[in-house]
Amino acid sequence: MTYPTSLDVERIRKDFPVLSRELPGGRPLVYLDSGNSSQKPTPVVETVREHLAMHYSNVGRAMHALGAESTEAYESARDKVAAFVGAPSRDEVIFTKNASEALNLVAHAFGPHLWGSSGEGTDPRFALGPGDEIVISEMEHHSNIVPWQLLVQRTGASLKWFGVTDEGRLDLSDLDELVTERTKIVSIAHQSNVLGTVNPVADVLRRAREVGALVMLDASQSVPHHPVDVAALGVDFVAFTGHKMLGPSGIGVLWGRGELLEAMPPFLGGGEMIEAVWMDHSTYAPIPHKFEAGTPPIVEAIGLGAAVDYLQGIGMDAIEAHERELTAYALEALREVPTLRLIGPETLDRRGATLSFTLEGIHPHDVGQILDDSFGIAVRVGHHCARPLHLRFGIPATTRASFYLYNTTGEIDALVRGLHHVQKVFA
Amino acid sequence: MIGESMYQELILEHYKHPQGRGLREPYDAEVHHVNPTCGDEITLRVKVGDAGRIEDVSYDGQGCSISQAAASVLHELTAGSTVEETLSVVDEFTRLMQGRGQVEADEDVLGDAVAFAGVAKFPARVKCALLSWMAYKDAVVRSASR
Repeated sequence: MTYPTSLDVERIRKDFPVLSRELPGGRPLVYLDSGNSSQKPTPVVETVREHLAMHYSNVGRAMHALGAESTEAYESARDKVAAFVGAPSRDEVIFTKNASEALNLVAHAFGPHLWGSSGEGTDPRFALGPGDEIVISEMEHHSNIVPWQLLVQRTGASLKWFGVTDEGRLDLSDLDELVTERTKIVSIAHQSNVLGTVNPVADVLRRAREVGALVMLDASQSVPHHPVDVAALGVDFVAFTGHKMLGPSGIGVLWGRGELLEAMPPFLGGGEMIEAVWMDHSTYAPIPHKFEAGTPPIVEAIGLGAAVDYLQGIGMDAIEAHERELTAYALEALREVPTLRLIGPETLDRRGATLSFTLEGIHPHDVGQILDDSFGIAVRVGHHCARPLHLRFGIPATTRASFYLYNTTGEIDALVRGLHHVQKVFA
Repeated sequence: MIGESMYQELILEHYKHPQGRGLREPYDAEVHHVNPTCGDEITLRVKVGDAGRIEDVSYDGQGCSISQAAASVLHELTAGSTVEETLSVVDEFTRLMQGRGQVEADEDVLGDAVAFAGVAKFPARVKCALLSWMAYKDAVVRSASR
């Protein structure tokens, strides 16, 4: 299935049955919350159903026909994901349950460990203690904050923060003071889940390389919406999640450079991640299975593989172009709403299709409630798991509209009409 | 238009023109309550006078129309009543809010607070309505233990 570069959205929408359902009270659904979680196309739903109905068994350890079919489907999902993000090797793709687990996995690798089978210590790149530093930013999702806070509490290392400019950009004016010889890793969002800002990875990476620090990207908001090539980016680790890219929930991905993954200690212990187990010690499976303890999310991974097929069938360039058109339209349309304050870049330059805003005197929870109850418009309201960013802007919460391949300019018109109505209720 | 049944005129009036807002002296107890899921917060003070009558409930905070209007209504309902009387109103309000829209409100007890009946149908918003009322209950208990 191939689509022309300008998306045939009406045809795409037919692949998402939920988009044509009615909500109670006869409201049509206007789904503008894909940054939170995306809807699922029929091919993903059918792939999951078909696997559960006809091919399901455990993977990697069942010596029968179904075991072979399940393992084949699970591992071929890994091949698809690896190709989708340009991973140099399929073994560098670790399936986790979400992006949070992927971030925690990497954070866990740091510290004083004595884990090797022959008792060797921590690889120096992951040795962390008092005097060492980790750098994140004020625009991070809590999942790229809390794992690092826990890590510095365990180890006595320090956490440093990039600021955010009034325009909603990463403030790199003190890059050289923040990222120094003491820095072990820099972990930032590829694209902000609130501001929509796409961060200048190359600038951060250049400085990190000068001082010998590792770089991790939280790509949860970029991989679903843009062509992403991890090798071209040149970073060390990339985390993203399946449910924001048309796949099921319960499946996430960590991509990491192979030699780093090999040098890291295991994360969770259990079945399938071992090579051999004795009573006094164990040795571990090679990557990727070293990091996949226990029965993995089998059908979720297979569903993610189907989502990748679907996205590639349409083309990430075409999806990116479509979202860009929607963002341009929305930036213009929202300008007409009185007292609306956009939190994030006001131009198309280096930004994605996520628009957060406030309306003077009206709390986002009231905005979201009326949009939903009166018009069936689904947006997200609150701090979007980015409380430090909201504190930075001196606001408790925002209303966020986020778009995807199946959204239309008509839905943005509906949002603007809805916002005018909200203002009438509170006038 | 399900939503507007929640946004009763009386709730919007209290939100736009909150009664008794602002922290005042003197007071017997001060509490600070937050709703971690949405970040709504309230600081509330209680002054109990002779014969256990509420002399003042003063408050400050930020949040959605439901949480802020509920604090305003609370201020009006408690003024001049005995602690005991107000606690029975709190109990009735709590029963209404937690009734998932199935509970018939006792208007004689609740007065203006009956306007919040529609909120009970929205589980995510019940905590907004109860924030200041739970803070009040807490403050009264603390003032009694002084």
